[in-house]
This record gives sequence, structure tokens and C-alpha cells, in this order.
Amino acid sequence: MDYLLSDNQKMIQSLCRQIAEEKIMPVAAELDKSEEFPWEIIKVIAQADLFSLFIEEKYGGMGGGVLELCLATEEFSRGCGGVAVSYAASALGTFPIILYGTEEQKQKYLPDIAKGKKLAAFGLTEPAAGSDASAIQTTAKKEGDHYILNGTKHFITNGGEAETYTIIAMTDKSKGARGASAFVVEKGTPGFTFGKKEDKMGIRASSTRELIFTDCKIPKENLLGKEGQGFIITMKTFDISRPGVAAQALGIAQGALDAAVKYSKERIQFDKPISSFQGIQFMLADMTTQIEAARALIYATAREIDSGSKTAAKDSAMAKLFASDVAMKVTTDAVQIFGGYGYMKEYPVEKYMRDAKITQIYEGTNQIQRSIIASALIKEAGKNKK
Amino acid sequence: MNIVVCIKQVPETTQVQIDPKTNTLIREGVTSIINPFDMYAIEEGIRLKEKFGGKTTVITMGPPQADSALREAISLGCDEGILLSDRAFAGSDTLATSYTMAMAIRKIKEFDMIICGKQASDGDTAQVGPGISAHLDIPQITYVKKIEEIKDNQIVVERMTEEGFEIIKMPLPCLITVVKEINEPRLPSLKGMMRAKSAKINMWKAIDLEMEEDRIGLRGSPTQVIKIFTPQARPKGQIFDGSPEEAVEKLLDTLKDLTI
Repeated sequence: MDYLLSDNQKMIQSLCRQIAEEKIMPVAAELDKSEEFPWEIIKVIAQADLFSLFIEEKYGGMGGGVLELCLATEEFSRGCGGVAVSYAASALGTFPIILYGTEEQKQKYLPDIAKGKKLAAFGLTEPAAGSDASAIQTTAKKEGDHYILNGTKHFITNGGEAETYTIIAMTDKSKGARGASAFVVEKGTPGFTFGKKEDKMGIRASSTRELIFTDCKIPKENLLGKEGQGFIITMKTFDISRPGVAAQALGIAQGALDAAVKYSKERIQFDKPISSFQGIQFMLADMTTQIEAARALIYATAREIDSGSKTAAKDSAMAKLFASDVAMKVTTDAVQIFGGYGYMKEYPVEKYMRDAKITQIYEGTNQIQRSIIASALIKEAGKNKK
Repeated sequence: MNIVVCIKQVPETTQVQIDPKTNTLIREGVTSIINPFDMYAIEEGIRLKEKFGGKTTVITMGPPQADSALREAISLGCDEGILLSDRAFAGSDTLATSYTMAMAIRKIKEFDMIICGKQASDGDTAQVGPGISAHLDIPQITYVKKIEEIKDNQIVVERMTEEGFEIIKMPLPCLITVVKEINEPRLPSLKGMMRAKSAKINMWKAIDLEMEEDRIGLRGSPTQVIKIFTPQARPKGQIFDGSPEEAVEKLLDTLKDLTI
């Protein structure tokens, strides 16, 4: 389908595709096995200026928007979900600075992220605060010109590898969600250490780690926005980052479909390639249709956000929900088409299936997405009544 | 340091087929790429510029479509592209090609080094690089696998040989041809691709260069291709397993049986 991409967008797409095919695909299985963080690929992505896509030109970026970021993430995900999320999570960690940072904060942090010299990460989730983000226990206590952070974040993508972290902590526990604030914390700050690295089902090339704050003292200039804005900063960040998760799911699904189509033409049973059987053909037809529908929804949402819409929360949630469910379905069917071979690690599709699962979970489970969609829908209906 | 990189656009080798009737390359529908060895020349040219400053100019001779090869080189980091394209150049063999390239480089005037890939994947002659240096009367070293140092207008390189390598020093300006061991070519950058898209490619014709008419194109090409054919595939060799003693024993027995 022709999405009428601009010349620059097509250029981004083809460059990322080249990186995926030449640099990511050949090592994806090995990275999955070794769980090694893909620094070499990150360097290639940085050298290709792709970390600058989502950052304003003023700070050394290319000034692209969410659509450009989605195009890049989709292509990388075709190669490896673990590599792609390491890239996308840097954008996630950067969005709060882009959205709420002061001029000074932007000048300080964005140029290095745009150059790919530093990765970013976002720290919200805690052992007792997953879907219920208001339950976070990490505290930030103001003392003179500083805040003192105490607590533990877990399941943090790029944990340990990133240099710049956006952390959500409670500045006033008595206010619940309204008592949360966002801070930038740099790796190497005394009192900031890393805990357990998770052993995951999929996206194994990415790093998922605990962040531990023990009387971690940061200057008060590291507060993003105002005290008490932590929760709103988080929601606004997710509104623009969710199409990126959807694009991961889309790329993973496309990668699995590509592999399934190729295999179905090569695999001979009953003296014919299995692609000649209607049972396989109908599966492939459904897979490609679902993928294209997901792509259309993601690109439309990304364009809406890039055009300055402030009410994209519902569409973002729909894109993430739909694309990740499609990815799970398509990758499962790809394994089915490969039959017994599909279940084996020697072939690439079982990895796509494992990588797909997380897209239904992180940056808000698909149940949370449905809550967001439903509440927006009901709110719209209420408005229309008047 | 000003560097000139010479490249050639060739058919993608994995796709090349020979027409069994005419014994010529089937070029229709075949993608054109930069000669793979020239990618190492481009990379080395960019690295030298990044290290010493200056400018890297990329030059090619070919049909107007070769413009895309120059733009690709610019997207990787070359500064300027020159395309030598003229009907008068058609039918050039390696002698005429190297003469034409040399005359174009003479027109560039300021250069410290010329870098070529060791050979092109379509012709495999490895003659154009050395030919250019001969026409320009500058020193050359072929099969360079490492530039050890550039200092005081001298360059020290490692030249690959079948058994190992030689270390050779020569004065600048000079020409080197490079092998794939020299570096790992980079991918383009987004900023490079954008620059390449809008870059102005200088198109030079025969009339723009001071050269003798009967030394270019078909007239300047003494080489005549009599026949091109696909050689018969060599039969698979036999491998003898076991300890060296056993293998030698088996080999001798086989040779005896064949009465060689």
C-alpha cells in the first residue's frame, strides 16, 4: 500500500531497512542466545544519524516526528525486536525532556542523545507499581538545592546501558498520583546503582534491569516540569511513545510474515510447495491483511500526533492495542506454517513469537489500553450529547 | 589532504548471467552497484579526510546513470562527484579508460593521493588504477591492505602478496589500489543521503578535458575482445581424510591407479 511518504521518509525507511538486513538480521539469533547488549549495532544506528530523528534541529536533531521514529522502529524490528526496543526506549526516555524540559535542560541532554553518544531510559515501573502507576514507592525528598532519591525501579529497558534516565518519584506521597514528579538522573550519580538483569522470554538482546536509588542526591535543576506533574508527564510521554511500541509489533509481524512466505514457497510436501495449498494461502492472506491494517492505523496516528493534535491518547492506545494483538496472532501463525521446524530455534520464527508477546504488555498492558480507549470513547459520547 | 577516489558502476555480480548464444553479459534488468572493491577505496578516502582534513572527490566514467554511484559515494561522506560521460568515451578499453581518468584528474589539479579498488568485478583486469598512475607519471602501489603512516609528504603502506605483505614507502602524490582487508566500509548516514540528493554532480565531456582524440573511446583502445565464454566448471576435487601419513598414502595410491 502506498502511504504517500515524503522523499525523506522513504530515505529513512530504506536506510533502516539496509541496517536491519546487513547488520541486524545476521546476528539476531546470536544476540538472542547470548543476551549481549547490541552496542555495535547501536553505534551503526548512531553513525547513520538515526538517534537524531526524533529531536529538534536546534538540539542537533533532524526534526522528524513520531512517523519517522515509527518507520525506523518498524524496520529495525523486522530484524530483531531486542535491538529495536533498545533504540525505541532511548526515544521513550527522551520524550519527557522534549515535552517538559526547560531550554537549559534540553541544551544539556538532547545533543548527546541526538548524536547517539548517550542512550536514554525511562524509569516508572516498580515491583508494586505496574499498571497502577500511582502506587510507586520511590521518593524524592527536597533538601536545600537538592532532591534525595530513595527506592527501586524494575524492568527498566536500557537499564545499565543508558546514561540519561528519566525517573518518576513521589515528592508528596499524601497526594497520590498528584504527588509524583519527574527527574533526570545521570548514570554515575552517587547513590544510583543497578540491580538484577532480567532473564527474559523475548527481546533478549535488550537490557532490562533494576535501578536502585540509595540516598541519591541530584541537583534541583534536574526536576522536569513542576513538582506533582510526574503523572501527567508520564501520560503525555506514553501518548506519543505508544505508536513506537505499535511499530515494534508491526515490524516483528512483518518479519515473521516475510519468513513464512519464503518458507512456504520452499517447503515441499505432497510433491508441491506448501504455498500452493489453500489452507496455507488463507493464513498468509489473513496475516498480510492484518499487518496492513495495523500499519495504516499506526501511520495515521503518528501523522495525527505530528500535526500537533493534543488528543491522540485514544488513537495511540488503539494503534498499540491493535498492532500488538496482530503481532501475536501473525507470529503464532508463522510458527504454524513452519510446522515442527517453526518450533525449533534453528529457524527464526519462534523468536518473532517470543519477541511479539512483550508488545501486548509493556508501555501499558493491552487491558490498560482498552481502559484508555473506552474512557475516551465514553467521554466523547458525553460531549456529543450536549 | 586532497584525495581522489576512482570508482566504477558494475552490474550486481550475484545477478549476472551470460547469454549462451552471444556469449555476452545479459545486462537487462540487472541492478547496478558500485564495484565492491571500490567501496573500500571510498571508505579509505573518507577516513583519510576525517583524519587529515581536506577534500575527497569521487570520479567515475560511464553512462549518465552512473550519477547514482557518485551520489551513493557522497552519501557515505565524499565531498564532490565528477562524472565523465560522453559518447566519445564509448568502447574504451583499460588503456583509453585510464588515459581519460588521468586527464580528468589532471584537470582537478590539486590532489595528494588517488585511491582505486584493486579491480572491478565485471572486467577483473586490475589495470585501470596502475594505468592512471602511469599516465600521470606518479608512483603507485597495488593491493594495499593497510596505510601505516602518512608523514612529511611520504606514505608507508602494507602491500598484500600471496605469502604475506611488503612494507613500502613512497612520496606523495601517489596512487594506491586497495584490497578488502584494508577496512570495513560504513553505511550511509541520513545527513549524507540528504546531502547526496541535492549535490551537484559535475559532468565532464571529452571537450572539457585537454586530450588527444585518438587516445579515447574505441579509437584509443587497442584491446579487442575476440570471444567471451563460460569456462567449464571444474570437477569437484577429492579430499583424503586421516592422519597426514594416511592421507599421503591414499594420495599416492590414487595417483598410481591413475598412472600419473
